[in-house]
Amino acid sequence: MTAATTPRLRRAAAPRLDTRADRPVRRSPGLTIAMTLFLVYSLVPLAWLVINATKTQPGLLDSFGLWFADDFALVDNVRQVLTYNDGIFVRWFANTLLYVVVGAGGATVLATFAGYGLAKFDFPGKRAVFAVVLGSIAIPGTALAVPTFLMFSELGLTNTIWAIIIPSLISPFGLYLVWIFAQDSVPTEVLEAARVDGASELRTFLTIALRMMVPGIVTVLLFAVVATWNNYFLPLIMLNDPALFPLTIGLQNWNAQAVGVGSTPIFHLVITGSVLTILPIVVAFLLLQRYWQSGLTAGSVKA
Amino acid sequence: MSVAAAPPPALAETAPRRRTQRSFTGLFFTAPFLAVFAFVFVTPVLYALYLSFFRDRLVGGRSFVGVENYVQVFGDAKFWEGAGRVGLFLAVQVPVMLALALVAALAIDSARLYGTGFFRIAIFLPYAVPGVVAVLMWGFMYGDRFGLAGNINDLLGSQVLAPLTPQWILVAIGNIVTWQFVGYNMLIFYSSLKTIPSELYEAAAIDGAGPLRIVRAIKIPALRGAIVIATIFSIIGSMQLFNEPNILRTIVPNVISTFYTPNMYAYNLSFVGQQVTYAATVAIVMGVITGVIAYVVQLRGQREATR
Repeated sequence: MTAATTPRLRRAAAPRLDTRADRPVRRSPGLTIAMTLFLVYSLVPLAWLVINATKTQPGLLDSFGLWFADDFALVDNVRQVLTYNDGIFVRWFANTLLYVVVGAGGATVLATFAGYGLAKFDFPGKRAVFAVVLGSIAIPGTALAVPTFLMFSELGLTNTIWAIIIPSLISPFGLYLVWIFAQDSVPTEVLEAARVDGASELRTFLTIALRMMVPGIVTVLLFAVVATWNNYFLPLIMLNDPALFPLTIGLQNWNAQAVGVGSTPIFHLVITGSVLTILPIVVAFLLLQRYWQSGLTAGSVKA
Repeated sequence: MSVAAAPPPALAETAPRRRTQRSFTGLFFTAPFLAVFAFVFVTPVLYALYLSFFRDRLVGGRSFVGVENYVQVFGDAKFWEGAGRVGLFLAVQVPVMLALALVAALAIDSARLYGTGFFRIAIFLPYAVPGVVAVLMWGFMYGDRFGLAGNINDLLGSQVLAPLTPQWILVAIGNIVTWQFVGYNMLIFYSSLKTIPSELYEAAAIDGAGPLRIVRAIKIPALRGAIVIATIFSIIGSMQLFNEPNILRTIVPNVISTFYTPNMYAYNLSFVGQQVTYAATVAIVMGVITGVIAYVVQLRGQREATR
């Protein structure tokens, strides 16, 4: 695959240090204004969501979308979201956390071990592993989901938490990222030195290599967290029991409630629930910026 | 660039050997991943392949039918309607999104913006929003009851904006996908731009090259690999289009059919129609088509790189 061949072609450039400071570049108001339009496109929907999370259900219908209604109902909306239907939203939130911690956490651990093993050792069948795993990046996840469901239902795994967790454990792209990162950031000499000192392979990995791979691992973790947090198709087909739903499926169910005949629309809860759903992940991205941006740069040196 | 990278011949011969104690240590690190991988990637694919040669009948249960399912897919108008739709979608949406991402990455890399860091993170932010929330949010905004489209229509006193009608729904979906992924692709391009050695810029500046010339002669060629990868990922994403139309369907069931995309078709075949073996066949055919297109794009990318 692409990924397998390109790294070798372009291992040249070491990340460019910011020498721009000494290159005199004039800032351009024109370009800044043009890019501001882009910024508006990216942020207006989020602004719409946050503003409308402060409105009551009737307020939603009779006020302008991008400004606040007369009564500020954010606190009440949050309270309603958390208590509606015996606090099912809190349950969904906890489920999502479980899937993310075990699924994305497990995916990161597996990818870290395997990426390191592929980058720093040679073993029988390594080339085959490469070809298959990197080839699998091209397999549409959703194309896989239907067969996975059929298989899991034969095994009696559907409608259990394992139906969500087990498929989340594999991230071929994460493996690729760790592999590249380990190759670059863990010098073979250091490992040799540790071996000469008599450290076991596992100990060398845990005490020396792991620390050098942190930015790469954080990047993989963050992207695995997003993938699991945002997972929709898999839980949609695997789960029937609302008590097992993650947030995405729960919100979609609330939204669908309004369509049925004689049902009460709860759009204000869908909107406020959406804000609560994206908040943790946005905060994680903002806080961990330094790590994932350097991790991505390292990845793209070769990508 | 690759020439500069190649290690001196002597080193090249010894370096691999040094860590080539061919042992099973590496396998020990890799085995847990491989075990789970075999279970959730390889087995379902094989199982789907197996299923695609069978058919469930009311009388007699599951029986072997050879390639009958495949023959049926190739003559299935519903499948081809969906396939044609995602084909159209990717032919328009992917170039638009990647062009926007490229422009944004170049602008941010140019150091000519005020507040570069803010632009970078803000444009990337939609990627962190769950697809379901993105679709619900845009779905609300598209609506004419309390959405922005309704507000704008009221303002203009007309019905010009109607994203949820059959004519515009594919554009509306394209907009949601673009909104979600343009920042992600921008970041891939931007990361790749950061790896261009600064000597190249210095040399270009000495030769008197202007900023646009530098973009054309240095930056775009350096981005080729990243562009190929981003294109392949975007194509894979478009081919498996499911979430956006499936969620919008709850709002406008009359506009989006159950076979709107091949993935929705496969989903509805197995969960509503109970035709699991035919659904598996549809999934396989779609996977093969995706693989072929991705492969062609990769070949073209490589050929251009060597030209």
